[in-house]
Amino acid sequence: MKLIRNILLCLWAACIALAGQAQAGEDFITLASTTSTQASGFFDYYLPLFQRRTGIEVRVVAVGTGQALKIGENGDADVLLVHDRIGELQFIRQGYGIDRREVMYNDFVVVGPEKDAARIDKMKNAVTALQKIAGSGASFISRGDDSGTNRLERRLWREAGIDPADAQGTWYKEAGAGMGAVLNMTAASGDAYTISDRATWLAFQNKADLVLLVQGDPRLFNQYSLMLVNPEKHPHVKKQQALLFMDWMTSTQGQQAIAGFQMAGQTLFKPNARKQ
Amino acid sequence: MQGLGGVLQTAVQMMLELDDSLLEIIVLSLRVSLTATVLAAVSGFLLGAVLAVWRFPGRGSILVLLNALMGLPPVVVGLMVYLLLSRAGPLGNLGLLFSESAMIIAQWLLVTPLIAALTQQIVADLMLEYREQLLSLGTSRWTMLQTLLWEGRFSLLTVMLAGFGRAISEVGAVLIVGGNIMHHTRVMTTAIALETSKGNLTIALALGMVLIALACLVNAAVAFSKAYAERAYG
Repeated sequence: MKLIRNILLCLWAACIALAGQAQAGEDFITLASTTSTQASGFFDYYLPLFQRRTGIEVRVVAVGTGQALKIGENGDADVLLVHDRIGELQFIRQGYGIDRREVMYNDFVVVGPEKDAARIDKMKNAVTALQKIAGSGASFISRGDDSGTNRLERRLWREAGIDPADAQGTWYKEAGAGMGAVLNMTAASGDAYTISDRATWLAFQNKADLVLLVQGDPRLFNQYSLMLVNPEKHPHVKKQQALLFMDWMTSTQGQQAIAGFQMAGQTLFKPNARKQ
Repeated sequence: MQGLGGVLQTAVQMMLELDDSLLEIIVLSLRVSLTATVLAAVSGFLLGAVLAVWRFPGRGSILVLLNALMGLPPVVVGLMVYLLLSRAGPLGNLGLLFSESAMIIAQWLLVTPLIAALTQQIVADLMLEYREQLLSLGTSRWTMLQTLLWEGRFSLLTVMLAGFGRAISEVGAVLIVGGNIMHHTRVMTTAIALETSKGNLTIALALGMVLIALACLVNAAVAFSKAYAERAYG
């Protein structure tokens, strides 16, 4: 019986250890955000600034905007930093989030192979560019993961009067993956186009012969907003610390720090919070 | 991306420098996967041995199920644990989602069927060998179970290694329930996935090599202690 007793003792000790770890309540909040803010290295630069100031650690779970909203809906995060205005307003309307604040923006870009079979280089109209890609025989790789970028892309196709679902698996490929993975696929395919947020694109290290082709269409504007997960729906939400973070990010100092994050001489996110 | 030589060089450089952030990721990976494997060994050894020693209705179906679960995709386990630990789920008030504990729970569930199924086979084989002897001594089933587990200890160690291999190498489950949070739930495999998504293929592959080196170290340590123990008690 000794063996069994020892085994049970071990299990008991492990349970205690696990529980103890869960109890160790350091000062932190959980932020559900998008892949672009993480993959570009922005959080690695930005969050320590806030932590030094307040002692509050921000733990980031970086997923697509669709999944981030779902995490907020379930109450598994305290704050969201996402980029899909329509989805955000719906999130607020449904009562899952409150206090939406626009904090920064950048833009989306259409990238593709240098040889540019669809001839869209320097076009100013993203919708026309997509129409040309669709008619060119080149392929388009879509995020297909219900992220903010994916939602924008689907809106553009709708406006272009093209239903890419018809071309599923031929020239239109849904990757169901994050921005970086899709850029890897696009770079490897040699003849494919995709839409990326500028931050991920600039920070991406495996561009191969991919180049930036279309930018500057107002439709490619990319707004990031903060939202607090509604503490009335989820009482465990760390409202006080989360508000401190939101206040700091929208403060003059927090905004300046956003503008200070540069890569290859370019500002990746431009601050645009309204004065509190 | 650089060629394989460049990757190897980066990997060696990483291991030699061993900066804090890499060390942190390595320590966390080992802590999570070793804890999960030890827990899974406890539950898997017991479950496997019980299935080998006792005969009861439904036993055959459980065995088939266990063998099938050996191929359970990590991402499915991750999803189940996610739904369980989410604030909206039944265990939500524990607040364990996106924590080290959540990753341990997921890997424990992932590895237990593997260990149980292999243990069942080992104990069943030993049972064939020792059954008459044990019965003639009038041993109870419980004592039989303990004796056989002890007799199979060296094979069971290899089973644990297989379990550890499954735990340390999976990314689907830890990514979902851990969230790949820097300094908290970022392990080797999720770090590799992140570097890949940044397009840092060289660093990603170098991290992969560090992971292989780690697995070699653990396996070598076990092989060494096994050889030692076999000489001492074998």
